[in-house]
Amino acid sequence: MSEAAKGAGARLPESLRDHRKAAEAVARSLKSRYRAETRFRLYGLGAVSLGLVFLAILFVTIIGQGWSVFRQSYVQLEIFYDAEVLDTDGTRSPESLAQADYSALAKAALRKLFPDVEGRPNLRQLYGLVSSAAGFDLQKRIADDPSKLGTRETLWLLASDELDLYYKGRIERSESEESRPLSDQQLAWADRLRSKGGAELRFNRVFFTSGDSREPELAGVWGAVAGSFFTLLVTLVLSFPIGVASAIYLEEFAKRNRWTDLIEVNINNLAAVPSIVFGLLGLAVFINFFGLPRSAPVVGGLVLTLMTLPTIIIASRAALKAVPPSIREAALGMGASQIQMVAHHVLPLAMPGMLTGTIIGMARALGESAPLLMIGMVAFIVDVPKSLLDPATVLPVQVFIWADVPERAFVERTSGAIIVLLAFLILMNGLAVILRNRFERRW
Amino acid sequence: MTVDNETEMTPVVAEDRSVASGEAGVNVKPSHRQRAGLDLTPQPGAGTVGTITVDNPIMSSRDVNVYYGDKHAIKNVSLDIARNQVIAMIGPSGCGKSTFLRCLNRMNDTIESARVTGSITMDGRDIYDRRQDVVQLRARVGMVFQKPNPFPKSIYENVAYGPRIHGLAADRVELDEIVQTSLNRAGLWDEVKDRLANPGTSLSGGQQQRLCIARTIAINTEVILMDEPCSALDPIATARIEDLIDELRASYAICIVTHSMQQAARVSQRTAYFHLGDLIEVGETDRIFTNPRHKLTEDYITGRFG
Repeated sequence: MSEAAKGAGARLPESLRDHRKAAEAVARSLKSRYRAETRFRLYGLGAVSLGLVFLAILFVTIIGQGWSVFRQSYVQLEIFYDAEVLDTDGTRSPESLAQADYSALAKAALRKLFPDVEGRPNLRQLYGLVSSAAGFDLQKRIADDPSKLGTRETLWLLASDELDLYYKGRIERSESEESRPLSDQQLAWADRLRSKGGAELRFNRVFFTSGDSREPELAGVWGAVAGSFFTLLVTLVLSFPIGVASAIYLEEFAKRNRWTDLIEVNINNLAAVPSIVFGLLGLAVFINFFGLPRSAPVVGGLVLTLMTLPTIIIASRAALKAVPPSIREAALGMGASQIQMVAHHVLPLAMPGMLTGTIIGMARALGESAPLLMIGMVAFIVDVPKSLLDPATVLPVQVFIWADVPERAFVERTSGAIIVLLAFLILMNGLAVILRNRFERRW
Repeated sequence: MTVDNETEMTPVVAEDRSVASGEAGVNVKPSHRQRAGLDLTPQPGAGTVGTITVDNPIMSSRDVNVYYGDKHAIKNVSLDIARNQVIAMIGPSGCGKSTFLRCLNRMNDTIESARVTGSITMDGRDIYDRRQDVVQLRARVGMVFQKPNPFPKSIYENVAYGPRIHGLAADRVELDEIVQTSLNRAGLWDEVKDRLANPGTSLSGGQQQRLCIARTIAINTEVILMDEPCSALDPIATARIEDLIDELRASYAICIVTHSMQQAARVSQRTAYFHLGDLIEVGETDRIFTNPRHKLTEDYITGRFG
């Protein structure tokens, strides 16, 4: 039978033989087609893996450098609130107490802890183990409770930034003495302190509750977080309603003509304008012309509003365009007016897209630093801003400022601030996803 | 309408002149291109075979032309819409029947390039008059679309929406009543009474279309325009809609655009045949389907094209 089949094959008419040729050709080309497909898949896989690798490197570097900022070294000292030091005129009045030298108490406690240290240079090295801010802490305690005068108290005081770095392993003994911020002698004291249990790492509350400082152990991100919050508040309050209203007007009410085309082209162009240009605009218009305060979140918010508006308008228009025309016809056919159609039917359906666009715009605004440099939000600001008009800085600018400081302890603070910034970005994008899902179908 | 189609169709019109001229008292219909160049002021309905007028019409159009930009979509259409009657509009795709339908409640206003000339009156008042409010017009002339398009809201809200925006119900009780009556008249009440809070889009296609009809009835319109209401439905759902149309005829004037000649024959009392923007022939449905007078009408209903 197989022979018969073979014979039939040999006697096949020309056209049928051609079919077989065609099938063979297909079979031959199949191989290269599948190869091309596999190749393309590998390219894709490679691109995605490369991206993931870079992301992993970013996270490992930043978290590796920044995680230690969440803990801070404290030194245990027995403080004697010496009335002779603090209350020199014997009146115990708050004014005279406020003027006393509180850091002397910490110094005295250190001398007591290391009685064998003598001589001015050695003592100065010893005093360098405790933060110069320890005095403020003590002053606050006395101000809160003046009856403590003359008593003793065992306290955990902030270690200096160098000692902190040593305890966190950021300063190696193997470094030469000249290049490391702590001398051999100080390292010996530090080891003695630790072995006696007089020093430990605790949660770094300061980093999350205070503003910027020249002293690394006193510097925190809270001022920048508050500044970012106020700035974004202004941005959101202005850009969301203005952006959505513009999108609705352009998409639903405006006639298509040369003017609307021109406006559309301009909006698309504005979305691509470098943000520093908006900063210059803000400097010229809001600060120089309108006389608004420098470094204030309100000006930052205005500038970022200009920057995010095009993004929000474009996203909102896309969301409106995506609403099926049948819904509009249904509403109009019922005798709904244009604005009723938009408000009752189109807007609820377009809302998820609009919110997503807005949050993406806000996330971009949160990470923006260049335009804010132009309007003075790059200043060294210690106080946590309390209002829209207080001088402030924002998280990305805080990162920029700290990255520029020579002290080693600011390296981990820079990374720490980046972690906080990334956390906020992840939070906002998560919120975008939740809102989108919540509003997707509203019945 | 594609250009191809037009060149294909034009010879048919040119040919049929001899046939049409055989009819007594009927104007010869010149080809569209010839007529477009001439500045004639013909009688209303001059190009149409049959009687365009009815006694006591609810709406009547005279010499209506619609342009979409440069495209002349419908040409000098004159037609009366009678009360308590179903008029079917048939014709091949792109013939302008839907365009004409959309003129009757000014849905063409939403298309920016659309321009309408001529007059359409409702109870003697021009609906394209500057003083005519389009919202008010659409509250009197409702529309049911080709694809069922319930709002993405509950069944109740779908029906209650119209009365609510027009302020037809004084309180919740009245609104409930309107919703129930409307759903009842649309033959949907028994199927949905236990799930009024469910989304309108959860219903089947036929139910959705009946919901859309209920929605239109709920604002107590006088005319219901239906643009191929059954084209997306199966035969059983179609039959239900057709029964419904027949029932609704008692209280509404209904204009239905359809591609199905059987449907036109089943549900309508009058039929208008459109071809390439012209209203070719109007007449009693029975007469049109048994004894068409115009060659084009005959060709279409006998299935020679379209």
